[in-house]
Amino acid sequence: METILGLDLPTWWFLVIGGLITGYGVLDGFDLGAGALHLFFKKEESRRLVLNAIGPVWDGNEVWLVIAGGALFAGFPLVYGVLLSTFYIPFMLFLVALIFRAISIEFRSKEPWLWWRKMWDISYMVSSTGITLLLGLVLGNLIHGLPMNKDHEFTGNVLTFFNPYAILIAFTTLSLFMLHGSIYLVMKTENRLYTRLTIIVNNCSKFFILCFILTSMATLIYVPHMTHQFKSHPSLFLLPMLAVLIVLNIKRNVDARKYYTAFAYSCIITACLLILFAVGLYPNIVISTTDPAYSISIYAAASSVKSLKIMLLIAAIGTPMVVGYTTFLFWTFRGKVKLNEMSY
Amino acid sequence: MPSVEILSRIQFAFTIAFHYIYPPLSIGLGLCLVIMEGLYLKTGLAVYKDITRFWIKIFALIFGIGVATGIVMEFEFGTNWATYSHYVGDIFGSALAAEGIFAFAMESAFLGVLLFGWNRVHKGVHYFSTCMVALGSIFSALWIVIANSWQQTPAGFRIEGHDLGARAVVTDFWAMVLNPSSVDRFSHVIIGAFLAGSFLVMSVGAWYILKQRAVTHAQAMFKVGLSVAVIAALLQLFTGHRSAHYVSKYQPAKLAAMEGHYDSSAVAPMYIVGWVDNKNEHTTGIKIPGGLSFLTHGSFSAPVEGLRATPKEDRPGAVNFVFQMYHMMITIGITLIGLTLLAVFLLWKKKLFQQRWLMVIFAWAVLLPQIANQVGWYAAEVGRQPWVVYKLLRTSDALSRKVTADQVMFSLILFTLVYVLLFTLFIYLLTRKIQHGPDISENAEIEYDGYYHDNITYHPTKL
Repeated sequence: METILGLDLPTWWFLVIGGLITGYGVLDGFDLGAGALHLFFKKEESRRLVLNAIGPVWDGNEVWLVIAGGALFAGFPLVYGVLLSTFYIPFMLFLVALIFRAISIEFRSKEPWLWWRKMWDISYMVSSTGITLLLGLVLGNLIHGLPMNKDHEFTGNVLTFFNPYAILIAFTTLSLFMLHGSIYLVMKTENRLYTRLTIIVNNCSKFFILCFILTSMATLIYVPHMTHQFKSHPSLFLLPMLAVLIVLNIKRNVDARKYYTAFAYSCIITACLLILFAVGLYPNIVISTTDPAYSISIYAAASSVKSLKIMLLIAAIGTPMVVGYTTFLFWTFRGKVKLNEMSY
Repeated sequence: MPSVEILSRIQFAFTIAFHYIYPPLSIGLGLCLVIMEGLYLKTGLAVYKDITRFWIKIFALIFGIGVATGIVMEFEFGTNWATYSHYVGDIFGSALAAEGIFAFAMESAFLGVLLFGWNRVHKGVHYFSTCMVALGSIFSALWIVIANSWQQTPAGFRIEGHDLGARAVVTDFWAMVLNPSSVDRFSHVIIGAFLAGSFLVMSVGAWYILKQRAVTHAQAMFKVGLSVAVIAALLQLFTGHRSAHYVSKYQPAKLAAMEGHYDSSAVAPMYIVGWVDNKNEHTTGIKIPGGLSFLTHGSFSAPVEGLRATPKEDRPGAVNFVFQMYHMMITIGITLIGLTLLAVFLLWKKKLFQQRWLMVIFAWAVLLPQIANQVGWYAAEVGRQPWVVYKLLRTSDALSRKVTADQVMFSLILFTLVYVLLFTLFIYLLTRKIQHGPDISENAEIEYDGYYHDNITYHPTKL
């Protein structure tokens, strides 16, 4: 098979999709986390400030999900079909939650009535939390593996998804995004809201560390196939050790009120955890718990070599452009958030 | 309970039809915003600033719902049409991914500046962002229409594997992108979108004129809308003709259904209005004799391939539906040309804004391009049946194998409830915004200061 820089094309494409999902996690992660914390802010002005902290950027962040979905469709169409149809109900709820998050942000400030704003505040928090939990649930099931027969047909039912491990991963994802979101908000706010957020950040970091420890133990005990790759390539053990170091660094920087550094670390931990997941999975994408031989590997799922090459070229041209727009957007709206007449 | 196929088709049709209310409006409004803000930068007149800012707010509302309902579409291919996804992933997937990375990313990032960057970035940067959002939405349409066109006229591929493992694999990327119908269908779709947006602008303008509110502003926005609409309406005649021509060449069964034409040895008329009795394979109505023959072959006496040339199981079943939708689109298209030409003539005579009856028509005419866009797609998509990829993959074979009717029923009910709520809120908020009207600047000429200041007084409706 053709290789570029020593890696074959499906592996390249696995990296591209991994990169896009990581980009989505890092970027929309803080929007979702901020949304999940929304009702912890009590005053009208505080709520508007935290909403407008993500106001100009959340839509651009959500694009990474669209691109990741398109990339999965183009690169691994088999997996795209199998995953989405297997997780039919969770994905439908996910899509509805995405709609509600979007309209909550958009509609909230359109009317001055208290009940109207309260309604959208609740809808915003519930949908953000729901999106995060559902993403975590799907992720947890992918790490855990799914009962699948040799035709890659899922043999379980909706209840299969709600296994304890997947639920734990769902809450870990929530804790990670809440931490990530709270650090983002603390960077964007000042005065009393800032003070209030420093307390929230502290609590979120404790919640996350607890979930992180539980997840690490549960993965080692209940999901042995995730560790195979590490046993055969011992140098990879650096990764989990790095993850622990980053987590400790987040805590240290949060305690020292160095929020910009803490934010950088919370971006890195999101990436690092997804890399750990990708390493454990590779070269499979969907693991069958019925028989490892029924798992879907990237080679079985990949599109044609020609298509993968074209798509890599598109990614190579497109990614710098997207990074460029994103940087421009974040640069334009840098600094502490201020309300004006165009605000939500 | 209805079958998974029927439910999945209803769900897809419903969610895409609902979604398609918004993107054409965004695309058309995007172009109008480029013109309005361009006029403001050129003249410095406050009236253009006011209407630009007014329409930016409406744009935000429409764009937001467009995005929210659009993400549903992307994932529905995988959830309900897994076999289809596997079959076309190599091709359709790459067009969709290209749309995300080349178009949608651009729109969404610059949208942030468009909506929140006023007075925060230099006016040139803001205008650049407006242009990029408008351009991005057009690119979006381009890639999506390419993907859809490939389903109508597949090109640049070969089939690998067989039965359930079969899939189309790209052999020539540019042949796939520039498949025989891409260009014609894209131009037809994009101009339909310009019409949708410009008629919304004119509708609101006309309504203010009728209410005698903000008349200067109303006339300014009406003129911007009209300038787009009159060109678009005339161009649509041309792109419509080109589209019909490609259909006659590559999808003769669809064209035959559009005109209710069955007998291949006969000269084909063009109907103005009519009714198709598909059971007895007979069409009645007011017609131009030999019209379709002329359109297809350039001669009034040449026979045109009819529906009977295609085996029953390979041709669309809902012939009358396709016929009616197609004719409704054409009737509206002609009406729009008449309306816009009349308005331009009266504007030239300086009598336009005194014609109350015409303003009433324009206030309601916002519905016409919307309906034409919708029914045009109904004709195109139902006319392609029973194929999802023309002559390659049947819709009934494209489903997800493991999804049950219960699950689809659940999601269909869920989407119906959510979309009814969404539409109600959309109409309510749109009406509120229109009733509120543009905020009118006190000075006729006003400078964009280009600096961000946070001492702006809060909008009264925003606590």
